Amino acid sequence: MTTMSNQSQNLVLEPERYEFSSGSIHHFELARREFFKLLGAGIAVFAIAKDSQAAQETAPSHGFHPQDLPSDISAWLHIGENGGVTAFCGKVEIGQNIRTSLAQTVADELRVPFESVRMVMGDTSLTPFDAGTFGSRTTPSMTPQLRRVASAARDLLIEVAAKEWNVAPESLKAANAKITDPASGRSLTYASLARGKTLAQNLPEQDPITPPPDWTIAGKPVPKVDARDFVTGRRQYTPDLHPAGMLYGKVLRPPSFGATLTSYDDTAAKSTIGVVVVRDGDFVAAAAPTEREASAALTAIRAQWKEDPPKTSSRDIFSYLKNNAETKSDDRHRKQKGSVEDVLAGAAHRLDATYTVAYIAHAPLEPRAALAEWSGEKLTVWTGSQRPFGVRGELADTLRIPESNVRVIVPDTGSAYGGKHTGDAAIEAARLARAAGRPVKVVWTREEEFTWAYFRPAGVIEVKSAIAPDGKLLAWDFHNYHSGSSGIETPYVVPNLRTEFHSVPLVLRSGSYRGLAATANHFARETHMDALAHSAKIDPLEFRLKNLEDARLRAVLEAAAKTFGWPRAKAADLGFGIAGGNEKGSYVATCAEIAVENNSGSVRVVRLVTAFECGAIVNPDGLRNQVIGANIQGLGGALFEAIEFENGRITNPRFSRYRVPRFRDLPEIEAVLLDRKDIAPAGAGETPIMAVAPAIGNAIFDATAKRLNNLPLIPNGLKRT
Amino acid sequence: MPTAIEIDVNGKLYPVHYHPETPLLYVLRDELGLTGSKYGCGEGQCGSCTVLLGGQPRRSCQIPVSAAVGKPVTTIEGLEKDGRLHPVQQAFIDAGAFQCAYCTPGMIMSSVGLLQSNPHPSSAEIVQFLQGNICRCGTQPRIVDAVQQAAKAMQERAR
Repeated sequence: MTTMSNQSQNLVLEPERYEFSSGSIHHFELARREFFKLLGAGIAVFAIAKDSQAAQETAPSHGFHPQDLPSDISAWLHIGENGGVTAFCGKVEIGQNIRTSLAQTVADELRVPFESVRMVMGDTSLTPFDAGTFGSRTTPSMTPQLRRVASAARDLLIEVAAKEWNVAPESLKAANAKITDPASGRSLTYASLARGKTLAQNLPEQDPITPPPDWTIAGKPVPKVDARDFVTGRRQYTPDLHPAGMLYGKVLRPPSFGATLTSYDDTAAKSTIGVVVVRDGDFVAAAAPTEREASAALTAIRAQWKEDPPKTSSRDIFSYLKNNAETKSDDRHRKQKGSVEDVLAGAAHRLDATYTVAYIAHAPLEPRAALAEWSGEKLTVWTGSQRPFGVRGELADTLRIPESNVRVIVPDTGSAYGGKHTGDAAIEAARLARAAGRPVKVVWTREEEFTWAYFRPAGVIEVKSAIAPDGKLLAWDFHNYHSGSSGIETPYVVPNLRTEFHSVPLVLRSGSYRGLAATANHFARETHMDALAHSAKIDPLEFRLKNLEDARLRAVLEAAAKTFGWPRAKAADLGFGIAGGNEKGSYVATCAEIAVENNSGSVRVVRLVTAFECGAIVNPDGLRNQVIGANIQGLGGALFEAIEFENGRITNPRFSRYRVPRFRDLPEIEAVLLDRKDIAPAGAGETPIMAVAPAIGNAIFDATAKRLNNLPLIPNGLKRT
Repeated sequence: MPTAIEIDVNGKLYPVHYHPETPLLYVLRDELGLTGSKYGCGEGQCGSCTVLLGGQPRRSCQIPVSAAVGKPVTTIEGLEKDGRLHPVQQAFIDAGAFQCAYCTPGMIMSSVGLLQSNPHPSSAEIVQFLQGNICRCGTQPRIVDAVQQAAKAMQERAR
């Protein structure tokens, strides 16, 4: 066994995570005595997030120490008297399949059958603090921690057995939920070793974990946990919860962004028996025994608003963003080397272009929803969120109660894609429930979801570049306005370089979206690289490889090209495009084939081949689902998704007017997964989306000689003006 | 309060006290507690609420409950018989045809409806039939595979 490097826990938030207002405060309430009371006797191991603290807490404590747990625990694990293993972490399941991949990891390291591991996730009273499930961090940060916890638990079991048999622990082996003494052939199950004990241990500073080549349960295509519940409708998402006495809550939304309430009359609404109406500042909401009655109550409220909409619309947003950029960019978001301006000024072969990306919506199929229930001063909220602890903080702040009185539970959620970081529905349900004195559930309508959630920010990207006669990059000047800094660095070798993110005050409420601005920045960069390749009359793949030293990026580009069959002859109405990049420790390349229908001018994506590498693969089946899923989701933003707004109103807040990818939009898609067992696993939720749009845009250019620099590429077919 | 009407859901008669104009989806979920059918859009655009009404796949968010009187309703909860999954349910598991799985009940109900009228659909026919069902996670290729596997399994079962 070797020790794999532990990933840093320090989070650096990208500027486009506009939805994060402030950092969360670490708190932990559960004491050790409560822990065993809750889970029964057995053996427990706790992981401390910071290694320096782990060192302080590592004194082997093979007895019961009923002190409070330290505040920086990041995961823990319990082996019960029946041998059942329960692992706890604050991450949440939103369709990315980590309930399965984390359980695989624990089972693998602890040497127990997969079926004996249960993950408890995303519950602020039961799980350790966690900043949130975002940034593709679960696999790189939580996997090694759970492994270290499981490894320590295994050592503890070995020690208990060694004491029992009075032999040296080094001579014992752990396998298949048993400790075996090879010398005598005797063995003890984990269940029997845990029986009657309350052993707790903090994680040693160094504990070797199993390297990927030796994995037995991780690395395998284990099917999704609880699959049967999902196909029978038994799985309860937040909107499905229904405690006795519950009311349905509805919020009166302002007519436009920025509107304030000027007059208000709820006499008629309140006259219905069983209806509760709340007004708190500009917050107006009603709760009633049925959804229909709650809606009727809202309709009966007479409210007048003073409107103050943003001074721009989706038609002129890009010039607005450019004109309203902060004059001086933040030093953290500027990188410079060489003399970009001089080289550009004197360049013989220069290419400048401007790219734009529209606002788009996450449109998770489960809309924002929350159920809130008060018991005296204590509040429990069930909500589909990527940040249970963040939502707990928001609830405490807005309701002016201590965090220790708030419990947030996240049932497995009907997807999020970066869109469920804020606690809006939770706050609304909690405020109503406090007034009603009964549990209240708020489920946003699709229109609310499209309007009052936050968007992937729109942006303008300006690129200036110069190449030498041999096709080597000489200068690269890359400026992103508003959409964000993720993926802004070019992976290509260039001697004179400037990349800069320019912030602009928010127009629409904006925030994280799968891949953040890496999708926008990759679209601009990879489109621009393609344009440079064509202007230099060099094959686009060859041009990239000529300017690239990064072996992992070269490998995915070459793997995608090989499976796609690049280069190859083609018919006149077909186009081929390629794009690639790296972000968050993983590498992607996509090849696209498109067909143009000459009469209609409409473009059909015929085939996508995406090669992806994220180090050692934890679950190839789940990974394939994520990679292909990201490619399909990426089609929407690439081809036709765009939020339209005017006078502070979203004008297409419905699936009938906001087009998302559907079955007929699907090309043939192949995922080529490169398994690097020599590299610790990185996350895979985001990066596979990044190369889709530029690969398709480049393929459209290949077929039509039309260079499309705006996302979405073809909202109305190819004949756009 | 209007007089109770009765609807037949999964072979059982239920009295309904909700207003007769209430969409069937809300009666199923809120009054009868059958929450397998999901709300996704409320305009019949996403297919998450699909049930069989008189054997036909229909968007339950678009049908007033009064229109379900006298026609059997089958929801996702009614597919499993004596602990045995419907072949379409089993095929979704076997194909791993879900990620967040919020769309899954609607996808399964639509697919069951398809296979009743067309036991051997081509992949193009499946794509055409499921065009009104949205999966935001992008699991569509596996859903097409699952429907084809289910068709095969049903054929074998019928033999």
